Amino acid sequence: MSAAAQSPIAISVVGLGAPWSERRMSPAVPQRSDEELVEAVARADEDALGELYDRFGRVAYGLAFKILRDASLAEDAVQEAFLQAWRGAGAYQRDRAKAGTWLLTFVHRRAVDLVRREERRRTVPADSAPEPSGPGSDETVVARSRGEVVRSALSRLPDEQREAIELAYYGGLTQSELAERLGQPLGTIKSRMFTGLQRLRVLLAEAGYESA
Amino acid sequence: MSNDPHDLLAAYALDALADDERERFERHLSECADCTEQLALLREPVAALAYAAEGPVPPEELRDRIVEGARAEPRAAVIKLPRRNWALGTAATVAAAAACLAIGLGIWANSLSNSLDRERSARAAIDQLLAENATAKPLIGANGSLIVARSGRAALVVCGLAEAPSAKTYEAWVITGKSPESAGLFRGGSGCSPHVLTQRVPENATVAVTLERAEGADSPTLPILFRAEAT
Repeated sequence: MSAAAQSPIAISVVGLGAPWSERRMSPAVPQRSDEELVEAVARADEDALGELYDRFGRVAYGLAFKILRDASLAEDAVQEAFLQAWRGAGAYQRDRAKAGTWLLTFVHRRAVDLVRREERRRTVPADSAPEPSGPGSDETVVARSRGEVVRSALSRLPDEQREAIELAYYGGLTQSELAERLGQPLGTIKSRMFTGLQRLRVLLAEAGYESA
Repeated sequence: MSNDPHDLLAAYALDALADDERERFERHLSECADCTEQLALLREPVAALAYAAEGPVPPEELRDRIVEGARAEPRAAVIKLPRRNWALGTAATVAAAAACLAIGLGIWANSLSNSLDRERSARAAIDQLLAENATAKPLIGANGSLIVARSGRAALVVCGLAEAPSAKTYEAWVITGKSPESAGLFRGGSGCSPHVLTQRVPENATVAVTLERAEGADSPTLPILFRAEAT
């Protein structure tokens, strides 16, 4: 490789080395942003993966549990989703999605795939009260107040829109199953989901909700 | 009822499509910039729904299991070399790509030498690969090469590959006769970049690359964009 190292190519690369090494060595900030963590995960940074888990593991597990209603399946879903994020972080683009949104997409997809496989979704998801948890970390407190804002926004949706969204998202039903279950044409179901999500977005914005 | 794929956006965002519908929609998504934008808008309220689900606390050992699971994967990072148009001729491609890998990694390692050793596992994977008497095979259908060490650990060095469209990613596959195994995702872009494969490449295997939806796929979607034979 020494011959190659003296080639023009090598020199040009050396010249380009500075800006990004500078960026990398910038003084340690107290806390990396979620997006920075995903980018670090793309560089095989295991600590960053652990830190992402510290921030989103609780929400991820809560979501998976609500869909699967089984602790060990929920653990599987969360673990697989985080490993999927570990493998796929190289493709993450921060201008496309917040890191949390990106990560929770994996979790939800995994949980829904599992619940469909397990055929556990035949009953309507219970409006179960969240199980009490011990004294929470700051992240937990943040997640909880987020949850309250979202629940309140959801409760302000027209019933039929909320129902379609909840059955799809927490129940893992496909749109065709929804149409059947609710006795409505598929087109109606599609528009309930679409309009409901749009309205939810507006309601969340009005409530000052910022996605993570 | 219309067959306009656009009215599947909400169902897709909510994961309320059956597998075949989902696949069809993703194909459409890859060609529809407008959809990608609209989808991004729907992703936010959908992700918010996760917070309303508030369930029990996960068991403490789950964190360790995840981190250890990641550590156990034979994957390293998608390592980006500085962006640069290498203007490589095809004849010189293999040798130059191999040199590019080594040079790039040297610099990469140097740039890290003073920093936290967070990337050490990726670096170790590469160092090991280079130390293992690796051979370079040309890519068929793209500029670059497949570097395979004796152990079967391997990296793709791809040069001047157009960046994957939004909502899409390149995915590498190791094919040994039976079902192809996913060997990692990458985005492409100008210049040469090495991608350490997450699967070992046995002798006589084919390494192929396809374009897949952003999260990657469980099995390759044809066509194969380019490949290399590890003979």
